[in-house]
Amino acid sequence: MTIASGVKKNIAGSGIYLFLILSALFFLVPIYVFLVTGLKSFREVNIQNMWDLPRALTFDGFTAAFGRLTPNLLNSFLLTIPATIVSSLLGSLNGYVISKWRFRGANVIFIVMLFGMFIPYQSILIPLVQFLSGIRLYGHLPGLILTHIVYGIPITTLVFRNYYLEIPDSLIEAAQLDGFGIVNIYLRIIFPISAPAFVVVIIWQFTNIWNEFLFAVVLVQNPVDQPITVALRNLAGSQIVEWNVQMAGALIAAIPTLIIYILLGKYFIRGLLAGSVKG
Amino acid sequence: MKKIIVFFLAALLVLSFAACEGKKAEPKLEIFSWWTAGGEADGLEEMFKIYRSKYPTVEIINATVAGGAGSNAKAVLATRMQGGNPPDSFQVHAGHELIDSWVVAGKMEPITFIFEDNGWMDDYPPGVIDIISYKGDIYSVPVNIHRSNVLWYNKKIFSDNNLSAPVTFEDFGMVAQKLAAKGIIPLALGDNGIWASVHLLESILLGSLGPEKYNGLWDGSTAWDGDDVKAALGNFVTVLSVVNTDHAALSWDAAAQYVIDGKCAMTIMGDWAEGYFKSKGLTPDVEFGYVPSPGTSGSFIMLSDSFGLPKGAPHRDNAVKWLAVCASKEGQDAFNPKKGSIPSRTDGDPALYDAYLNSAMEDFASNIIVPSVAHGAAAAEGWVTKINDIMSLFVTDKDVEKAASEFAKVAKDFI
Amino acid sequence: MVRSKKDVIIGIAIVVPSFILVLIFVYGFIAWTFRVACSAWDGQLPNFTWVGFKHFASLFSSTRFQIDLWNTLYFTILFLAVCICGGLVFAMLLDNIVRGENIFRNIFLFPMAISFVVTGVAWRWIFNPTVGVNVLLERIGLSFAAWNWYIDPSQIFTFHVALIPVVIAASWQYIGYIMAMFLAGLRGIPDEIIEAARMDGAGGFRIFMKIIIPSLKPIILSAMIVLGHVSLKIFDLVYTMTGKGPAFATDMPGIYMFETTFQGNHYAEGAAISIIMLLMVALVICPYLYYVLRKKEG
Repeated sequence: MTIASGVKKNIAGSGIYLFLILSALFFLVPIYVFLVTGLKSFREVNIQNMWDLPRALTFDGFTAAFGRLTPNLLNSFLLTIPATIVSSLLGSLNGYVISKWRFRGANVIFIVMLFGMFIPYQSILIPLVQFLSGIRLYGHLPGLILTHIVYGIPITTLVFRNYYLEIPDSLIEAAQLDGFGIVNIYLRIIFPISAPAFVVVIIWQFTNIWNEFLFAVVLVQNPVDQPITVALRNLAGSQIVEWNVQMAGALIAAIPTLIIYILLGKYFIRGLLAGSVKG
Repeated sequence: MKKIIVFFLAALLVLSFAACEGKKAEPKLEIFSWWTAGGEADGLEEMFKIYRSKYPTVEIINATVAGGAGSNAKAVLATRMQGGNPPDSFQVHAGHELIDSWVVAGKMEPITFIFEDNGWMDDYPPGVIDIISYKGDIYSVPVNIHRSNVLWYNKKIFSDNNLSAPVTFEDFGMVAQKLAAKGIIPLALGDNGIWASVHLLESILLGSLGPEKYNGLWDGSTAWDGDDVKAALGNFVTVLSVVNTDHAALSWDAAAQYVIDGKCAMTIMGDWAEGYFKSKGLTPDVEFGYVPSPGTSGSFIMLSDSFGLPKGAPHRDNAVKWLAVCASKEGQDAFNPKKGSIPSRTDGDPALYDAYLNSAMEDFASNIIVPSVAHGAAAAEGWVTKINDIMSLFVTDKDVEKAASEFAKVAKDFI
Repeated sequence: MVRSKKDVIIGIAIVVPSFILVLIFVYGFIAWTFRVACSAWDGQLPNFTWVGFKHFASLFSSTRFQIDLWNTLYFTILFLAVCICGGLVFAMLLDNIVRGENIFRNIFLFPMAISFVVTGVAWRWIFNPTVGVNVLLERIGLSFAAWNWYIDPSQIFTFHVALIPVVIAASWQYIGYIMAMFLAGLRGIPDEIIEAARMDGAGGFRIFMKIIIPSLKPIILSAMIVLGHVSLKIFDLVYTMTGKGPAFATDMPGIYMFETTFQGNHYAEGAAISIIMLLMVALVICPYLYYVLRKKEG
């Protein structure tokens, strides 16, 4: 490498960092607004001073939001964890059968399922409530869990199908020679190597189910059973909204998802890398 | 390791299913409202306290759904009613929002007997009984009364500039001119989500037309494309020319904040604005003043939150007892001071209410009462959404002729 | 691969429960919605009198709905363009730096973790023309870039400029996810191929066009599907950020549908809007399905 090209590379390198830092700052602007507003007292909250730091640091917003959100935190876990896991498992099984055991009609089934990803949820609220009351699951968490599992099936199936397509058929043929059937091949060969795809699906499902509001508010009746998104909305009054509490609450409600990102972040890229994002 | 995980997951599943079983046999009362926070939630809790002291065995489920003046709550309620799962009693704006949406559809039980059995018929003003009745039967209990046509102003700005609060449109025009000359925006408006401009419109319609013709708008006796209404819409455009330019970016409370900060001098908003001013540390009659909006002295645009009894309420008896608490003097005097509104009964205890609310109580007893359209009392919800749509365009293009003919066209479908 | 009868039966048994659930929850409910759209149901009392396609016809003559369709189109194009170009740029930069990748990646991903319902409010404040970002622009001497943002009702042909801040807010929320997808894709391109091209004297731009873009094609397609279905259904963010906007400048079919059905109680009309939204979605997804199937055949 000549000296000149080295210098050029350094300049380019600092340029990249400068650009990334500026972009990161831009990405943090709304977070800044959340934080400074959450740290103000209600009397001080005023969109005219939205950019200013709080005159006196108060944690009233955070403590109020925390106090009112924690009872619903457990519900959110009770909802999100089973729904994420069951829909991921179903997606994995479906993807496995559709991609590796292409019986006649498998593709039709796949396409029929995939279309479900695109349904606008507002439009099916009324039949959904009627159906769930018909099977006696309306009004409580299990009905909501079932709903999230069903509407999760299309995207989880898609991701796993694409992931398994990359796995050579020879692996399965070899297992067949050893006398394994469809179930054992899944349990002993496919499932153990599915971790990357699971990470992708779990992140997507966890984020979406955790943040989902519309189904939660419609399907669960009793506020003590409702997940955190509904409680977050309920921090606001019908006319007067305490924005400091609201924004502090939004940050608190984001913590579990954030932890998932930080814990699984590395595997996330690895999982995407493993072929699960390819069309 | 695997076994532990599997066990953990199974336990979670079982737990989440178990969380909602078990308590079914106990007597319950599910009250559905959009009072989730602040004074309104406290007021609701006061009424619950009264209920619990009377019927300690009943478990109250406080089903609340937040969101701009009940828009989310209405969606949830509609879905539940359509799905055959009504709550025991639900909050609804008294008037056409209740009547046209639910009573006409046959989803509500008449509750006249609650008023008659307790001898309360004479404790309510006849105007209120009219608004909550359909074909001679009462269908809901109004727990509070809010006033829509109030002009709030920053007292310091007015005294600094030797101005007095405007009573007529002419006054308003002169005041606005003087304020604008001083670099103060005369009127604050925050109509992100459009209802606040409909709210402003109803005050201006009443101020321009007078109560009789204003009422005629809702029964067809006043033509929406007549010259009077066009003149009123012209007044609206004039008023719009002195509001803050960023009104479409603000919610009503941010507009009220402009008045607090002295950036704007006045705002026309319902009397929940008083609650906002007080929560920001201001004192009525000291830092802020209030008068009926221009041209509306002697009239009172009312809106009211009420509770009704849906057919098929799972715990009907408990709901009837709840409605009796809502209708009682005790219940209303517990709720309203917290909510910042006045009782719908005439016998509220003035000592419990602040200076503004006392003045509102006096006006309510003596003024001509007309229904609010922005808040569901004057017209069916379907009509209000169409009015909102027309306003979205009108606020932007300010085309009086077009708006008047659109309003007239829509009115035909609902009268 | 041999498929024994037993295996096929078990395979079908595995898929069938999911399939039936989807049939009910998706197709059953769509059929119900379609039936409502062709009914006279107006008000809270269901009325299934058949009226044919009356509501569809009246929708297409409504000013608001026409604006909504244009808004959806422009919003989708801009949103996809910003997320895909931006995501690609971020991914390529992160792929090329030595230190700090983790931090930047988490910052760009973070917005996805926050509930859209509240981010809408933050963006409404930020793009407030008198107290929001314009103030910042003036402070750093860029006051010429200040304008009325989402309350500017003006349009270029049928494009409402007020959509621009909405696109920025939506992209802020999704760009990180797209970036992560591209990052994975870039890692999947073997270094040897790029080295070999460089040895042959190919410049950066040629490598980008001839190697990187083609190998990322499947990811671009997946990204378009993920973003496309978000943008066609978008509701929460726009509803809390701008509402309908001045003269419907930022209105979307999802908002129109929600208001018509649940505030106006015009159930049949609302259902008709849903069906049209579904048709628009089908329009986007059918080419994708065709691609997926064809790829499988090949």
